[in-house]
Formats: sequence, structure tokens, C-alpha cells
Amino acid sequence: MSNAFITRSCVIRGGKVLANGRLLHEMAADTPKAFLEGVYAAEGISYPKFYKMDTLSQLGFLATEVLLGGSPLFGGPAAGGSPPGSGAPAPARGLPGVGGAAFAGAYGPEDVGLVLCNANASLDTDRRYFKTVSDMPSPALFVYTLPNIVIGEICIRHGFKGENAFFVFKEFDTTFIQQYVDGLLDEGAIQACICGWVDVLGATYDAALALVEKTGEQSFTADNLNKMYTWTS
Amino acid sequence: MDQLMADLKRQIIAQLNLKDLQPENIGDDEPLFVEGLGLDSIDALELIVLLQQEYKIRLASAEEGPNVFRTVRTMAQYIKDHQKA
Repeated sequence: MSNAFITRSCVIRGGKVLANGRLLHEMAADTPKAFLEGVYAAEGISYPKFYKMDTLSQLGFLATEVLLGGSPLFGGPAAGGSPPGSGAPAPARGLPGVGGAAFAGAYGPEDVGLVLCNANASLDTDRRYFKTVSDMPSPALFVYTLPNIVIGEICIRHGFKGENAFFVFKEFDTTFIQQYVDGLLDEGAIQACICGWVDVLGATYDAALALVEKTGEQSFTADNLNKMYTWTS
Repeated sequence: MDQLMADLKRQIIAQLNLKDLQPENIGDDEPLFVEGLGLDSIDALELIVLLQQEYKIRLASAEEGPNVFRTVRTMAQYIKDHQKA
């Protein structure tokens, strides 16, 4: 039985962004990249490196932005904001959470972990990179030919230095993720964790992230993770 | 030289995905790295690719990089000096 709780969630797929189960953005776009850049604009984020990221990193980055409202260690604006823990709680873009310590600026850099998974690793970018090899290999694409780079981008943005891992499954194994994250929390390696599914291949993009903390209302169970993942508006 | 620098600014924005920038936002003598445009080491590699793809110029040695890629003007001068007549 887990002692942790899902305090916030974000799902991005099929032209929609859902925060805590409610529709936040909906827009039509020809490509995943065009959609994600539309969400980036709609969220009012200013982070020029976003445009350099591959689609998988853009998807994970935006899902985390919606999840945390762009707040480093949940305490203030990520870009040009107050140092962690020094400012007043920043209101999240999106919707209120369901309990937990989120947005209190309560965490240190090592307290926050990231555990993500998907089915297609970095294959979407691997293919794009491979196309450049016959002419001039692209250094900017090459650096994204690993799936865990999305974790690095999120950590750079928010200052997270806690445990992290990226797993590749055929399908979202919510039982494994729940048990893995629970283990990290139980042994005190981290105090909070962003976990979930971030997958991109061709025209399909699919992200479902949960913020897991030690206080809250919704129990952190595989069943609740699965309910979050299968949310539709 | 002015036309070459204008072309370079457009190419740098495209090659490096600097979508928040317009060519007129980049000064001829503005540092490209660190305190100027804030480009990083991966961007430096992309600028080498740009030189090869657009101007068929290969850097003679890695040590030249910091001087060649200091500003748009130094890039343009390097291209001018190394393009075949």
C-alpha cells in the first residue's frame, strides 16, 4: 500500500491538453511539433531553447510546464523568478491540484525525482537524424537520440537534481512505475516525483504525467495512474 | 559584405532554430556566444555544418573556431577570405 499521493496531473494527446482531468487547451495543427509550439505560445512560456528541442523533449517539457506551472521546485517562475523557496507560492497555470505540497516551494533540488517511460524511446528523432547522415549529420539532432534527454531538459528547466530513470515498455506499465516511484519515496531518496508516459512517433504524441507527493488526497496507485492515463475530455 | 552578413543572419536563425529572433535582432558585431546570443557548443557544431553546407568551406582547424564564430562579421570575413573566386 502506497503512502504517496497523486497531487496533479497532465495529459497531452490528440490536439488536447488536460490538466487534472479538465480540458486546458484544444487546437488543430498539421504536425505534433506545430501543435506543441501552439501550446507553448498559448501557455505564454518564454524559453528559447524550446525550439531547439526534439518533439519528445518538447512534449515532456510542456507536460511538466502544465503540471508545475513553470515553477522551479514548485516555488516560483522558472525563468527569471525567485530562488527556490524564497518567494511566495506561484499560482499554477492550468488548474488547481488536489492537495499535496505543490507550489509551496518546499523542495530542494535533490528532493524531486523524474521517472518516465514510453514505447518508442527516441525513435522519432533517431529517424530524423538518420536522414541527415547521408548528407551532413546534424549535431543538434544527434544530441536528442536518447529518450532520457527529455528528463535532462526538464531538470535543466526546473533545477531538479533528484533520482531519475527512463524505461521503455511496450505499453504504460503503471504497476511497475508505481512500485518503482514508491520505492524511491519510501527509502527517502526523493520527496516528490514526476512520473508517467511521454511518447512520440510520427504523427502520434502522447504524454500523461503525474506529480506524486507524500501528502494529498488521491492515493498513488497503479489503478489511479491508469485512470489518469486513460482520461479523455 | 553587408549582403553576406544579412544572408548569414537568416541562415543562423534557420540552422539553429532561433525562432524568437529576427535577422535585425542580431548585431553585426554582437558576440554569438555566451553574453551575446548565448549560443552553446552544439550551436558551434551547427555553425560548422552551416559553413560546409551553404558555403562549402571547412574550418582548417578547430582552434580557428572561437575567432571565426565570434560575430556575424568575423564569420562573413572568414567566408569572404576562403571562398573560391
